[in-house]
Amino acid sequence: MSALRNPGLGRAGLGFAIGAAFGFGLVVALRAISGLEIFQTEQTGYPHLIVPAITGPLGFLVGLGCFDYWFRWAAGKPTIAEDHSQHGATSWRDYFRFNTDHKVIGIQYIVTTFFFFLVGGLIAMLIRAELAQPGTQIVDPQTYNGLFSTHAALMIFVFVIPVFAGIANYVLPLMIGAPDMAFPRLNALSFWMLPMAGLLFLSSFLVPGGAFDAGWTGYAPLSTGAPLGQSFFNLGVQFAGASSIATALNFLVTIITMRAPGMTFWRMPLLVWANLSTSLLVVAATPFIAGVQFMVLFDRVLHTNFFAAAYGGDVLSYQHIFWFYSHPAVYIMMLPGFGIVSEVLSTHARKPIFGYRLMALALIGIVVLSYTVWAHHMFVSGMFSWLRVPMMITTLLIAVPTGIKIFSWLATLFDGVIHLRSTAMLFALGFIVTFVIGGISGVMLGMVPIDIHVSDTYFIVAHIHFVLFGGSVFTIFAGIYHWFPKMTGRMYDERLGRVHFYLTLVGMLGTFIPMHWVGMEGMPRRVADYASQFGDWNLVISISSFILGIAQLIFMYNMIVSWKWGPRATSNPWRANTIEWQVSSPPPVFNFDEIPRVVGGPYEYGVPGARHAIMGGEEAVVRQPEPAVAGAATTSSGSSAGGSS
Amino acid sequence: MTRATYGKLILVMLAITVVSSVVLLQFEWFGDAASEQAGPIDTLFDVMIVLSCFVFAIVMVMFAYALWKYRAKPGDESDGKPIHGNTRLEIAWTVIPTIIVLFGAAYSWVILDDIEAEASDQMPLHVTGQQYKWTFEYPEEMVGSGDSAAPLTSDELHVPVDRQLEVTVEALDVLHSFWVPEWRIKRDLVPSGPGGDEIDDTFVVTPNEEGTFSLVCTELCGLGHSTMRATVVVESQEAFDQWVSEQAQAQEGASAGATEASSSDGAAAAANGT
Repeated sequence: MSALRNPGLGRAGLGFAIGAAFGFGLVVALRAISGLEIFQTEQTGYPHLIVPAITGPLGFLVGLGCFDYWFRWAAGKPTIAEDHSQHGATSWRDYFRFNTDHKVIGIQYIVTTFFFFLVGGLIAMLIRAELAQPGTQIVDPQTYNGLFSTHAALMIFVFVIPVFAGIANYVLPLMIGAPDMAFPRLNALSFWMLPMAGLLFLSSFLVPGGAFDAGWTGYAPLSTGAPLGQSFFNLGVQFAGASSIATALNFLVTIITMRAPGMTFWRMPLLVWANLSTSLLVVAATPFIAGVQFMVLFDRVLHTNFFAAAYGGDVLSYQHIFWFYSHPAVYIMMLPGFGIVSEVLSTHARKPIFGYRLMALALIGIVVLSYTVWAHHMFVSGMFSWLRVPMMITTLLIAVPTGIKIFSWLATLFDGVIHLRSTAMLFALGFIVTFVIGGISGVMLGMVPIDIHVSDTYFIVAHIHFVLFGGSVFTIFAGIYHWFPKMTGRMYDERLGRVHFYLTLVGMLGTFIPMHWVGMEGMPRRVADYASQFGDWNLVISISSFILGIAQLIFMYNMIVSWKWGPRATSNPWRANTIEWQVSSPPPVFNFDEIPRVVGGPYEYGVPGARHAIMGGEEAVVRQPEPAVAGAATTSSGSSAGGSS
Repeated sequence: MTRATYGKLILVMLAITVVSSVVLLQFEWFGDAASEQAGPIDTLFDVMIVLSCFVFAIVMVMFAYALWKYRAKPGDESDGKPIHGNTRLEIAWTVIPTIIVLFGAAYSWVILDDIEAEASDQMPLHVTGQQYKWTFEYPEEMVGSGDSAAPLTSDELHVPVDRQLEVTVEALDVLHSFWVPEWRIKRDLVPSGPGGDEIDDTFVVTPNEEGTFSLVCTELCGLGHSTMRATVVVESQEAFDQWVSEQAQAQEGASAGATEASSSDGAAAAANGT
C-alpha cells in the first residue's frame, strides 16, 4: 500500500486512473444534467474521451509527485526539508521517478526521446516500404496519412526539440559551473510532461478513426473536421509545448543568474550561447502553437468556428499563427546543434573557435530574423500577396548569419590539429556537408518564383530532411557521442561508431538527394501513391532509407552495450577545456565541491598557459588580474594548459 | 598557408564550379516546360544552380583542404595555432553573402513581377476543388439562354494555347492546391466565407505548348489526396472552340430535362462543405 501512498510510478498509475475517471465522470454528469446525449460520438466529438485525455495525464503527474512540494507549500503545510533523496541516481529505478537532479533529468530526456526516435523511425520505414513501388501495397491511404503525420509529430515534438533540451540539461549547468538548474522541481515536471505528449500521439492509433492524419502541420479546415485522433495531436502538442516553455524559462534563468564567478557572457561556451538563443525563441514562439492547437480543438469540440470559413472564421489565419511558431521552431531544432558542433569542432581540431563573438552574435541574429520569415511557408497559400516579397528578403538574409557559422567552422579547422578518432567529430564534419546542401535548397525555396513550383512537393521533403536529419540529427549524434563518456563514465566503441556514421551518411544522402528531383519533376508530398514515372527513384530512396534505419540499430547496440560494459572513461578523454570536463566522469552528485572560478575564454587551445576555469581546491595562482576579454588571455603562471585532473 | 596555395585553391573552386554547373545545367530539373511563366522560373533556377555550385565548391574545397592538410599525424597531441579570428575576413563573409542574397532577392522579385504580368486578352477560368474532384467553369462560354444560362463546366480542363488564363480558384470543403508541373504555377484553393475577399484567389498562367498534362492536388486534403487529379488538354484555338461547342451541346441536352438541376447542384455543393 505504501507504493500507492508515496510518490512514484505506482501512485502515478493510480493518479492516472483517478484523473481519467474524474474527467470521464465530469463529462457524463454534466451532459446528463444538461439533458444532452451522454456519449457524443460524432467524429470530432467524444468529449468523454478528450477530457480524460487531459485529466488522466495530469493525475499521473500529481501521482508521480511532481506537485507534492508545491501543494504543501500552497496549503501552508510544513514543507519537507530538502534531504536530497530526489537527487542523483544509484540504480536504474531512480530514472523512473520524480528526480530533480539535472543530470538524471538529462539522461531521462535523452533515453525517452530516443525511444520516440526509434518509434518514429519504424514508422518512416513503413512509409518507405509503402512508397517503394507505385500503387497501394502495405497500408491503405488513411493509415498512410496517419503514419506520416505521427512520424513528423514524434520526430519534431518528442525527439529533436526535447533531445536538445536533454543534452543541454546534462551539460549546461556543468559548463557554466552551476550546481544544478535554477528551478530543479520545474525541470523535473518539464521532463515528465514529455512522455505524456508522446504517448498521446501514439495512443491516437487506438481511437476510433485512427491516428491523426492531417499532417504535422494540421492545417485547418482538414484538421477541424478530422476524426478523433486529431484531438490527441492537439493535446499532445500542449504537453510538449508546456514542457518546452518551462525548460526554456529554466535555461534562461540558469544561464543569466547561475554562471560561475568570472563567467562573463563573452566567456560562455557557444553551446550555452546556443541554448540561450533557443530559449529566447521557445518562450516567445511556443505559446503560439499551443494557442492555435487549442483553437483547433475548440473548433472541433466547442464549435468556436475560428477556422470555419462559412461562419466567418479565417482559414488562412491558422497557417499564419502556426508558422509564427513553426518557423522559429526550425531554429529551435537547429541552434542547439550549432552549439554542439562548435564544442566538438574546436575540441577535436585543437583550436579556438574562429570569430567567437561573431558566432555568438550570429545566433542572436538568427533569433531576431527567424521571427520575420514565417510567411515563406505560405507563398502559394493565397495570403495577402504583398507580404511575399518582404518575407522573401528576410528569408534570404537569414542565410547570412548561417553562412557566418559555416565559414567560421571551416576557419576553425584551418591551422588546427584535426583528430578524426572520435565519432562525434565525424558527425560534426558530416553535418557541415549535409547542412550546406540543406541551406542551399533553403535559399532556393526562399525565392518566391522557385517556391511556387516546388512548394508542397518532394523537394520540400528533401529540404526538411537535409536540415533536420543532415542538420539536427547529425548534431544530436555528435553531442551524444561527445558527452557519452561524461554522462555514463564509459567509453563507447569507436569502430561501431564509425560504421554508424558512414552508414548513416550514405543512407541519408541516398534517401534524401533523389527526393529533390522527383519533387522538382512533379511528385507532390504526402501522397500514398504516385505516378509510375517516379517508381525507380522511389525504390532507390526506400532501399537507402532501410540502410539508414539499420545504421541506427548499430548506434543503439553501441550505446546500450557500452553504457553497461564499455571501458571506464577518464574525466577528460577529449582533452577539452570547458568546465564539464574538469570534473569526474560521471560528475559528482552535486557537480562541484566548490564553485569553479572562470578566468578565460572556453576555447583557448594552443594559447600557452591559458585556462578557462580554475576548479575548487586547485592550488592555482593567478598572478595577473583576470582578463575581461575572451581571446586576450594572458599567460598565467603556475598552471599549465589542459591541466586535467 | 602561402599566397600561392590560396591561388591554387581558388582555381580548384572555380574549376569545380564550372564543371559541376555545366553538368547540372544539362538536366531539365523541373521537367518539361509548357507555359510562358516556366521560362523565367527555369532561368532563375539555372542561375541558382550556378550560384549554388559556386558556394558548395567554396565550402567543400576549404573543407577537404583543411582535413587533408591539418589532419593530426599519429601521436601528435599538440594544439593548433591559437588564432581567434580575423576581423577583415569576418566582415568579408558577412558583407559579401549579404550582397549576393540581396541580389538574389531583387532578381527573384523581377521574375515574380514578370510571371505575374497580366496580358490584355485573358481568358477567365474558374477552378473549384472539393474532396476529391476538380471542376472547371468557363465564364465566357455561356450555355443556354435567358434565366437558365450558366457557364460551361467540365471535369477536364481544356484551354487554348498561347492565351493567358486568369484563373480564379475556390475550395468547397478543405484546402486544395492547383498545380500543373509543366506550367510551374501553383496556388492553394481556400474555402472562403464572409471574409473571403481578403484571399488572393486569382493568378495568371499562359500555356504555350499543346499537349495533355496532369493537374495535381498538392495540398493534403484527406484520404483521396493522392488521387485528386484532372486531365489538362492544351490545344489550338480551333480545337478548343470545337470542344466548347460539343460540351455546350451535351450540357444543354442534359440540363434541358431538369431545369432545377443547377439550383440543386448548388445545394449539394454547399452540403458537401463540411
